[in-house]
Amino acid sequence: MALKINKPGLSTSVQDLGRPGYFHLGIPIGGAMDRFAMRVANILVGNPEDAAGLEAVFMGPEIEFAKDCVVAVTGAEMPMTLDGEAKEGWSSFSVKAGQKLGFGFLKSGARIYIAVSGGIATEPDLGSRSTYPIGALGGIEGRTITEGDIIPVGNGDPSSAGQTVASRLRRGPGKPAALRVLPGLYWNRLTEAAQNGFFEDIWTVAPEADRMGYRFKGGRALEFVEREQPFGAGADPSNIVDGCYSYGSIQVPGGTEPIVLHRDAVSGGGYFTLGAIISADMDLIGQLQPNTSVKFVKVDMEQALNARNERRAMLRQIREELA
Amino acid sequence: MKTRYTFGGDEHVYIEMDEEMSLDAFFKSLSMSNAVRDANIPGVTEICPANASFQVKFDPDATHPDEMLKRIQELENKAENAEKRLSTRIIEIPVFYQDPQTRDCVMRFRERHQDPSGTDLDYAARINGYDSVDAFIEAHHSQPWFVSMVGFVAGLPFLYQLVEREKQLQVPKYLRPRTDTPKLTVGYGGCFSCIYSVRGAGGYQMFGITPMPIYDPKQEVGYLKDFMVFFKPGDIVKWKPIDQTEYDRITAAVEADTYKPRIAEVEFDLEEFNADMAGTSAKLMEALNGA
Repeated sequence: MALKINKPGLSTSVQDLGRPGYFHLGIPIGGAMDRFAMRVANILVGNPEDAAGLEAVFMGPEIEFAKDCVVAVTGAEMPMTLDGEAKEGWSSFSVKAGQKLGFGFLKSGARIYIAVSGGIATEPDLGSRSTYPIGALGGIEGRTITEGDIIPVGNGDPSSAGQTVASRLRRGPGKPAALRVLPGLYWNRLTEAAQNGFFEDIWTVAPEADRMGYRFKGGRALEFVEREQPFGAGADPSNIVDGCYSYGSIQVPGGTEPIVLHRDAVSGGGYFTLGAIISADMDLIGQLQPNTSVKFVKVDMEQALNARNERRAMLRQIREELA
Repeated sequence: MKTRYTFGGDEHVYIEMDEEMSLDAFFKSLSMSNAVRDANIPGVTEICPANASFQVKFDPDATHPDEMLKRIQELENKAENAEKRLSTRIIEIPVFYQDPQTRDCVMRFRERHQDPSGTDLDYAARINGYDSVDAFIEAHHSQPWFVSMVGFVAGLPFLYQLVEREKQLQVPKYLRPRTDTPKLTVGYGGCFSCIYSVRGAGGYQMFGITPMPIYDPKQEVGYLKDFMVFFKPGDIVKWKPIDQTEYDRITAAVEADTYKPRIAEVEFDLEEFNADMAGTSAKLMEALNGA
């Protein structure tokens, strides 16, 4: 059983829930940027939630199926057709051998997740199939997919077709998108005015937005508390002695354009970070297009953990409703 | 040294041993991260030692963040009293300084640099008070370096010079990071040297290139068959300047899989080093020359 890629889309990659355990060597966890959407797509087709699927950004691929299977597409809103017949997102449907799945123009969000019953069965690297192109790990030869790729798929359960996730249980960013931030790390490097300004301003997603990180612009430049730079840090007030970066951490090189590190994050570096996006909101970043307006919202640890529980409760409800 | 504990979102505890870089801060961070590993605290998924800090990634559903921070804090005393001694290795890394490949890249990104009129090495030599680039290059390779962190991207080592602080070279990073750096570029930022293990973005000044692969996800290079990443924190490195001919010879040997890095097993004791830096370095290099 296999998928044949007739058109690859813009940047489509095999992703699962990532390869934890190697960040201390600079190899990031990787995996689906919107883990919620990836998990739900897998639930819809009867796969384990950590099965591998395809993540496509801004533009969908065209896929030809070599065998009967069940497919579900979640995440961004992007019309799709199976041999010309319209199909709904966040729903599972049967596909016959020889049929072709194609996509129209992106309507909202940024990334779709395509799950196939049986899961994508490429060779795992360091315990995961997630594609990490910089380190040439996972996926197909460590790269994003290209035209003509044949992607192996495992044996799945054909009985899961015809299920739909209720719209109240589909999760995506609002407008303007609100990303919750727990201040910390090198937060104290900023003046009080800069600390407030960061949360007051409206930011927009810059064109430099990918699996490694999302850059934002449009807010006021941040001012730093004056100090003599510590030995080894470098001269700019935004420099620190190179340390490890947290997933979701927000660095602001030179105090001008914040960068939120995502699933394929660099593991460390010499820029101060002012805190991190809470774990519950990491998925939402994966659905932001360039030029989207974003507000960073300050929260405390208790609120971060509550948000984490709410996200988990939504997933639990989806599992129950689709069981 | 003053240890600072903070959270990175709801899934990370970040522990800074000291604001400034020192081997004392590095050894304490290494000891503490080892202590955290040995403590087997439920929910810990990643422990990442860095130059003068370390980070613990964890599942807050398994252990509450406040509890996690407290458990790590309790290990600080134990780490402070741990032996500052490592059984490690010294490795000779050939470097082609001022090579054409990194020079091309240096010229492509001039507008992101502090001084667009010269090369990264011209700038680094000048701001460190050296009369010539050659004298600066000599200062870069004459004494051994200590791998104080592995990361940024897959398998990239950060190296700290084993000399008195007043002799250490310091160079700021690029004003704006480059979007490209050749694979195996030897770079410099702050007080750290590095080797870019893969091609990609970077903000460190570019001094030269090594022909010796240090990351191989396919694990075809003989000395990377056991694991795809060559370096680990605590490794000691001696740069060896080479020319184009030697660079080509080693590149061919790597391709034929006949290249073997020069490596010697050594002990590194921080107190011994602090008491006699020149003597300790001489002993390390003696071991390497005997290998």
